[in-house]
Amino acid sequence: MKKHLIYIGLLLLCFGSASAQEKPTAFINARIIPIVGQPIEQGILLIQNGRISAVGDARTVRLAADVVTIDAQGKTIMPGLVDSHSHIGDGAGADGSNPIQPDIRLLDSVNVRSSSIQRAQSGGITTVNVMPGSGHLNSGQTLYLKLRDNANVIDDLLIIDKNGSYAGGIKFANGTNALRTGSSNFPGTRSKSAALVREQFTKAQDYREKIRKAGTDKSKLPPRDLAMEALVEALDGKRVVHFHTHRHDDIMTVLRLQKEFGFKVVLQHVSEAWKVADEIAKARVPASIILIDSPGGKLETLDVSYTNGAALEKAGALVGFHTDDYITDSRHFLRSAGLAVRAGMSREKALYGMTMANAIMLDMQTRVGSFETGKDADFIILSGDPFSVYTHVLETWIEGKKVFDRSDPKDLLIATGGYGAGSNREVHIDCFDGDLGGQE
Amino acid sequence: MVKKTFTTETQRHRDFFTKFKNAFLIKLLLSSLCLCVSVVTFALTSKAQIAIKGETVWTMASEPITNGVVLVNNGKIEAVGTASQIKIPANYKIILAKVVTPGLIDARTVVGLNGYMNQPHDQMALDQSSPMQPELRAIDSYNPQERLIEWVREFGVTTIHTGHQPGALVSGQTMIAKTVGKTADAATIVQTAMIAVTIGEGAIVSGGRAPGTRAKQAAMLRAELIKASEAVRKQDEDKKPDAKPPVEMRAEMMQKVIRREIPLLVTAHRAQDIMTVLRIAKEFNVRIVLDGAAEAFMVIDEIKASGFPVIIHPTMYRAGGELENLSMTTAGKLKAAGILVALQSGYEGYVPKTRVVLFEAGLAAANGLSMRDALATITIDAAKILNLDSRIGSLVKGKDADLAMYDGDPFEYTTHCTGTIINGQVVSETIR
Repeated sequence: MKKHLIYIGLLLLCFGSASAQEKPTAFINARIIPIVGQPIEQGILLIQNGRISAVGDARTVRLAADVVTIDAQGKTIMPGLVDSHSHIGDGAGADGSNPIQPDIRLLDSVNVRSSSIQRAQSGGITTVNVMPGSGHLNSGQTLYLKLRDNANVIDDLLIIDKNGSYAGGIKFANGTNALRTGSSNFPGTRSKSAALVREQFTKAQDYREKIRKAGTDKSKLPPRDLAMEALVEALDGKRVVHFHTHRHDDIMTVLRLQKEFGFKVVLQHVSEAWKVADEIAKARVPASIILIDSPGGKLETLDVSYTNGAALEKAGALVGFHTDDYITDSRHFLRSAGLAVRAGMSREKALYGMTMANAIMLDMQTRVGSFETGKDADFIILSGDPFSVYTHVLETWIEGKKVFDRSDPKDLLIATGGYGAGSNREVHIDCFDGDLGGQE
Repeated sequence: MVKKTFTTETQRHRDFFTKFKNAFLIKLLLSSLCLCVSVVTFALTSKAQIAIKGETVWTMASEPITNGVVLVNNGKIEAVGTASQIKIPANYKIILAKVVTPGLIDARTVVGLNGYMNQPHDQMALDQSSPMQPELRAIDSYNPQERLIEWVREFGVTTIHTGHQPGALVSGQTMIAKTVGKTADAATIVQTAMIAVTIGEGAIVSGGRAPGTRAKQAAMLRAELIKASEAVRKQDEDKKPDAKPPVEMRAEMMQKVIRREIPLLVTAHRAQDIMTVLRIAKEFNVRIVLDGAAEAFMVIDEIKASGFPVIIHPTMYRAGGELENLSMTTAGKLKAAGILVALQSGYEGYVPKTRVVLFEAGLAAANGLSMRDALATITIDAAKILNLDSRIGSLVKGKDADLAMYDGDPFEYTTHCTGTIINGQVVSETIR
């Protein structure tokens, strides 16, 4: 009982401090890469109340008398990384009962205490599209998260829009992952896969039409269908379709479906993008690529290439990157940009791909992805050049709050690994670091 | 001659790479005056005479040489020194590079036995019919024309210690090969290097079959070693030259272990499993090379006392299951404790199908190892663990002419491998 009183006291304390107007904070003397605009040497990043209030240098940014300054001499500051495809949080979407399950929400599956979320923070990832797997034509609705610190429940990580709904897309896949021979309802061929997806979108078009016809007459509304509702959101462009696709012919199938149904799509993985880069650019469809250490591992990725980024950039397509964590570790996300540059991509577009391009793919470009006044104060402080293997993420900040600090031994353990690094995060009372003991 | 076989799609992929890279390449080559490299063909014979001039030459036998020269003749290193010390004979082909290192050594991999398609027909590193198969030879599964061998070669890897993978108590033998050669026999330099053993979760079998627990693994391995010890004792007592017992393949291999002719390569990740290995090693006085060893940092003193070397897990390995506590800093900690340590690409069951030791060493350099020590984990120290340091691993007169060339710090993400030489032949000019 006494313990509970301590809890309540602590919570009140926390609440009290959080409600106060924050003083502006200025990070000075850093090399700042704003993504939109040229890098600034000896730059200043000014933040207040979780937003960016100014970016520039001593000549362009005026600092108020009460500003808190943090000297970042010798360090590089850039926007928090956006990962457009990840599986952190130990979630699982659709089950084995059906190849198409748009009614499934990853929202109902994520463990916010998973160590994978902390790993992503230590890798500098601030916004992430967490998706269900690719073993289905449609494995459910994805979740866009801000990796805020010490989340207690999933709501603490959600990104809420003006209408009060949380942000997320919907996951589709083609190629071999969803093929299951001998199954009565899963597809056995690529043509069957496309037909099943087209069938569902056609149904969704009918469903939407019924709703439109019903107008204000609620009695004429079709019965609620969770799957159809999600697909209608996709048809209306309110829910971005994230389409797992590897081979050149599968990529073209996605472009064909997109043309037929008009949904907003992001090509995910696109291992053979270099073969159809012009077609992707011409369709004005963005592509999120993954850089992996060697080709193969499955038949669809025999021809995956480090040159995908360069090829897509050259063709004029919007290129982003993703970890596909557990496939690549979130802690090494910046490495993807480095390897893309190794294979000919420009440094500017590679960094854009780690941030702004991914933000655009998640329809989040007004809030994250670059340093522009009014955007969320999501940023990372690096020890050096973002493309260097020797560079470490020193700090990760989300909405003006530090969520990762490499100088803190607990955070360092997550960043490098070590005993206990893989364990799920313990229950934590915000702003209290002491040991409450007993069962929490 | 290097036999090059690609699938049509791979060939197209390479064509694209070449086309795309042209503008970049020309700039690169002009700036480094490397035009000679671009016209070198694969027609070089093992008798080729080459002079490799490097702005920095990491010999691994001395401090790195600034403006160094390596002379290669008849497949061997003829001379190493500074440009002012070494006179390049007129008929030698000159290759320029920013950074030159010994050819890289991958101290533990499965490429060649496991292929990049990851289909049943090209996955040969594990037979699960029995938990005890030391008689399985790696060379009988090794495909020297596997795409992944070419892939790692293009990053500068010239020697691989490959073979049976973790996953059975005793999964089979390992071998050492150069990453070139038309046939397995031509590529192989050590046919039986070690016997692959796995202790821990990775080799526990379900469904009521053995070994189902850690204690059972230890008991089965001890029983096998006891049997071999008895046989060895009997052979030594019974020294009649004509009385050769019939060869029994399985027993023969474990007897070689008891005779300390070959080491056990034991994959053990948990600290408790590493201790089991040390306990059994002491009981039978066998040679051990520790492999994987995710929790090695928890028993550093004990490993140090054993004197066994460690082929540590890849720095970027996935931290899950019995590897949940792995750390990117372990190679650095083992090195600091004076333990001989090498890096490996390890075993991958999915995507990527192999890692590249060059990258793993780079991350180790970013997490506690010096540049020199990180390079040693994939060159000279790896050679020492493989007992081949008299032949490979450093740029020293008389050793095999295996070299890798880079256009900058080899560990940087944005640096390229510009060429690979094996046994004095240029085997890769792909800019990777």
